[in-house]
Amino acid sequence: MTAMRWRRAWRLPTLPGAENDVNAITTHTGRPTDQFLLGARMFIPLAISVGAYGLVWGVLARQSGLSPAEVALMSTLVFAGASQFVALEMWDPQALPVGAIVFATLIINLRLMLMSATLRPVFKRLKPWRAALATHFVTDESWAMTMAEMARGRGSLAYLLGAGSLCFIAWLVAALAGHLLGSAIDDPARYGLDFAFTATFLALLLGMSKGKADIVPWLVAALAAIATARLVPGNWHVIVGGLAGSLVGAVIETRRERPDVA
Amino acid sequence: MSPDALVAILGMAAVTFAIRAGGYFVANRLPATGFVAAWMRHIPGAVLAALVAPAVVAGGPAEWLATLATGLAFLLTRNLLAAMAAGVVAVYVARLLLGG
Repeated sequence: MTAMRWRRAWRLPTLPGAENDVNAITTHTGRPTDQFLLGARMFIPLAISVGAYGLVWGVLARQSGLSPAEVALMSTLVFAGASQFVALEMWDPQALPVGAIVFATLIINLRLMLMSATLRPVFKRLKPWRAALATHFVTDESWAMTMAEMARGRGSLAYLLGAGSLCFIAWLVAALAGHLLGSAIDDPARYGLDFAFTATFLALLLGMSKGKADIVPWLVAALAAIATARLVPGNWHVIVGGLAGSLVGAVIETRRERPDVA
Repeated sequence: MSPDALVAILGMAAVTFAIRAGGYFVANRLPATGFVAAWMRHIPGAVLAALVAPAVVAGGPAEWLATLATGLAFLLTRNLLAAMAAGVVAVYVARLLLGG
């Protein structure tokens, strides 16, 4: 797959000088320390938006009944924003649906597999177990930045780790700050804060839109989820709707790419 | 921390680590195009739609107005915090006015 295809697929901006093929990438440039600091420095604008995300997540985490220790542990060990938002929605401290939460996390984070797979060139000089540990720093944001570097013929493990480390610090600090902020609010529903979940998810959803191609899959997901929520207790509507919508999206997309397939 | 919460967090961490590290190990065999790749790309949006829709349907007129306000605010500002704030303020005001 070419660099152009990837950028289109993941909605990355085309950067000047980024027209080279991914196959042509090298994985070097500069001392590791410089690369680490460069990755961290380039990440600063993104760290601000990750911080805003983290702040919202922390406030909602407090509302869902997570303790500061749980906030820190989840943000450190899971470190995947979308799945952490969904986990909060399903979180009920009195009767925690552990199986559903773990399964939803698996489904939502599957895309990270494609991301660390495309970063394989930067891991190639590492022992496999070290490379596996390094993939923990692959997030939507650090991946996008490192891919952009690779498309320009640069990009390295240290660059990924620099970007990923700043991403991690921003996420963790903001989440804990959000939790602190959230504990200042005694009755969330009185201030309309119970609506913060729905509003946040709607904004996240709209931010993911790639245009008309999303309408049918999202509609299928919405209708399947509404029907499941009526019929099945618990939070399975998230998984049923998510699977139904994404499968329909994939069917439509692959049929469009190959019109000869009936 | 309750044992359940610990198990849930460790379970989430385990599957997420398996996915990330798995990508590295199967990199040469993973399809970059075709059905599976398209499916994975569509998952996050579909999951979010599945989260939002039942919550909106379960609400009343105040929540529907606030949903509209959130969507408009996001499309105008492209900012998550601004959209969330607009939704919260809208639902607060709408509940006061509508007595919801």
